[in-house]
Amino acid sequence: METQFLEISNGTAISRKEIPNLTFDVFRENAVKLVRNNAKIVQFFGYEDIDNDSYKNSNAIKLLAVLRTNRVHAGRHYTLFAATCDAPSSYPSLTLECEPFHLFEREIAEQFGIVPEGHPWLKMVRYHPNSQGRPDVFGNDYAKDSQGNYYYKDDIPGNYPYYSVEGKEIHEVAVGPVHAGVIEPGHFRFNCIGEKVLHLEIQLGYQHRGVEELIPKAEPKRLPIIIESIAGDTSVANAVSFAQVIESLIHKEYKEQRHKDHKEHRFQPDTGAKKIRTIALELERIANHVGDLGALSGDVAFLPPANYFGRMRGDFLNMTLLICGNRFGKGLVRPGGVRFSIETSLREELMRRINELEIQVANVIELLLITTPSVRDRFEDCGVVSRSDAHELGLVGPAGRACGLSYDARRAFPTEYYPNIDIPENAKSTGDVYARATVRADEIMQSIAIIKNLLQEPIETSIENSCLGFKDNQIDKGNSKLLSDFAPDSFVVTINEAWRGELSHSILTDKNGKIIRYKIKDPSFHNWSGLAMSLRNTEISDFPLNNKSYNLSYCGFDL
Amino acid sequence: MIESILLWIFGIIIAPFLSAVILKVKAFFGGKNGPPIFINYYTLIKLFQKGSVYSKSTTFIFKMGPIISLASALTALMFLPIFGYRPIFSFEGDVIFVLYLFGLGRFFTIAAAMDTASPFEGMGAAREAFFPIICEATMFMIFILFYKLNNHLSLAGYFSSSSPSHLWDMAGTSMVFIIISLFIVLLTENSRVPVDDPATHLELTMIHEVMVLDHSGPDFAFIELGAFIKLFFYSNMVSSLILPFQRDGIVFPHSLILGIVSTLIVYTCVGVMESVVARYKMSKVPKFVLTSFALAFFATVITMEFIK
Repeated sequence: METQFLEISNGTAISRKEIPNLTFDVFRENAVKLVRNNAKIVQFFGYEDIDNDSYKNSNAIKLLAVLRTNRVHAGRHYTLFAATCDAPSSYPSLTLECEPFHLFEREIAEQFGIVPEGHPWLKMVRYHPNSQGRPDVFGNDYAKDSQGNYYYKDDIPGNYPYYSVEGKEIHEVAVGPVHAGVIEPGHFRFNCIGEKVLHLEIQLGYQHRGVEELIPKAEPKRLPIIIESIAGDTSVANAVSFAQVIESLIHKEYKEQRHKDHKEHRFQPDTGAKKIRTIALELERIANHVGDLGALSGDVAFLPPANYFGRMRGDFLNMTLLICGNRFGKGLVRPGGVRFSIETSLREELMRRINELEIQVANVIELLLITTPSVRDRFEDCGVVSRSDAHELGLVGPAGRACGLSYDARRAFPTEYYPNIDIPENAKSTGDVYARATVRADEIMQSIAIIKNLLQEPIETSIENSCLGFKDNQIDKGNSKLLSDFAPDSFVVTINEAWRGELSHSILTDKNGKIIRYKIKDPSFHNWSGLAMSLRNTEISDFPLNNKSYNLSYCGFDL
Repeated sequence: MIESILLWIFGIIIAPFLSAVILKVKAFFGGKNGPPIFINYYTLIKLFQKGSVYSKSTTFIFKMGPIISLASALTALMFLPIFGYRPIFSFEGDVIFVLYLFGLGRFFTIAAAMDTASPFEGMGAAREAFFPIICEATMFMIFILFYKLNNHLSLAGYFSSSSPSHLWDMAGTSMVFIIISLFIVLLTENSRVPVDDPATHLELTMIHEVMVLDHSGPDFAFIELGAFIKLFFYSNMVSSLILPFQRDGIVFPHSLILGIVSTLIVYTCVGVMESVVARYKMSKVPKFVLTSFALAFFATVITMEFIK
């Protein structure tokens, strides 16, 4: 395929000058052409090009798109393409040509005040003023108080009328943002006819904390902690993505000019660290999938599996606890390696536990998904998303695989120890709750097998001096590389398979190695629209079931 | 008479205990210890000690709902031959009166739910109004059969002393149909799995629970107590059919013990049912409830042919 986008590799730093800077029209044409040819959007965001001379003219916003192809290109199955362009203050919307751009364009409009003209659904995403001080694209009124902080005159979603349907027997049900469980806030608005849902509109943004704005300003030593708090249930995957970003920024050839001694320091983690990261990722996946299968079971009032899975989720979390002292793996992964090793005694203990749990998990999965007809009756044909819809919405992870999109970042863009592991294709075809549940059940068993394999042999890693040090911090034991020594003028994008699907982190640094932009894309960013799609023509009483089958992240989306 | 009143009070007192048996059975199947067996008393005491919160948008209807639903359940219980003993009141045709006493209670619960103008509660009210209609048909079909069998139209005529065993003698095995059918009505009327899920926190899937979301304190205690009594009422009907307690030769206290045991069996069955079956899709619930009507109908047809 001919394209003016540059082919790049996952997790490898390139100079920002290498990224082709196209004119907007060429950029648009190429992006649309790629996406029409089955490419998927990994990242599409704006950033301030502050090294640009025209920066003072406040005209230095650039758009950057990273796309991944979905078919064989130059002998490889999956490749990444990137290009930038100078952002006009308004432009003809790409969504008009290609649906997958829709939420990305809304996000850019909100963050930078750039109007995608003709966008079919130009609605705010997270409800905050744009960073450029431009007039709000959505006509929202953000005022400043005496301290100069923004306060919001209206509640989310501000100046926006929800979709409404009119007619006899039509009714509207508004749920949230405060819910009846200990869950995150989100507003769901159902347009129903009787018990049937015509349309579900999902409104998020209640958890917006400004993570992306915070990262460039924060002290480098705080970064790992911030990253691990993006979404608590995905803290390992986020930490791994962040570590890969930083590692590729530090070890590459850019360093050679500045530090001639670069060969003495390993910024690639050693194999042992890679294995431990892989184990932690898989444990996170298992714990979440197991917890969700239990919740699915609880939602159809079938309590035994709900109880068993609830307990087993704790058992898996406790395995992570055993490795690093935190049930969610916080503090385990740091740029440069891992902070905790797995010694022989611990390895044997983990092996013993996982062998014990494997049988139990398999039994309860069978009880839930195979031997109880009333559960199958609830799961099958519930909340169906067709393959073509899933393709156009760009669903990722288990939600996409349940619809037949077999993409798995662990196979397509293997990082850490995944290049040495065979990940099976888990695609199902039905796209219903049952498919989403079975994909997760399959992945649980595969992940258990992966962990068992990795635990078979001794894992050798040196935790001494492997993690990058922090400035002004005691952890830095004379280690020469510091977390703030980033390569200048660089761009990195990483892709990892978090338990919900493709998680991508991306970084841009300026000529002094300072972070200009740190962009996080949680898989939920794609998948929320899948949930809305699932609810079309589904009974409203099946919403909780569908919601659990996705179990998307609110804070990962809101950032 | 004194005996009947004492038994009525006894019924009210043990109803919360029996409901906790269901929780214990579910906990057993789920591999848990479950809540303490007296949990429902603790809950009631806690609720009675609280104050009630009323939304400004509600009217007196909202306050009437819990009182009337409890009162109707208490009154209905006066007509029930508890464990086969004579009820406090009884007259020919009281079955219809009792059925609509529960109907009255439901009407006011629904009205109170609608009074809050919450979309959730409206949705629950619509469901609550729909499913019991089918139950009503079933109940009438059962009463038609019973009337044909022993020419009574009163609960006392069907369920007191040796009447249940008499019904068995007349109807034979088609009585099994009636028991299953009554059991389905019990599950539906009392919002149990697979029709409704009393344990869920998901408003969108609830039927009964969602209607009482806005009630609090003593009001909510009234509703809870009313629900315990209603479940006790239906369980007692079923239990007196599965183990006809007062045969000739079995007298107090054995008949009372037998009555409690058979009622416990019914509650245990509810618990087992809730543990082994997932809740049905909302659209399939009417089919499930209709099964009870079909069973009662066929039992009637078969028996009619038999006794002609």
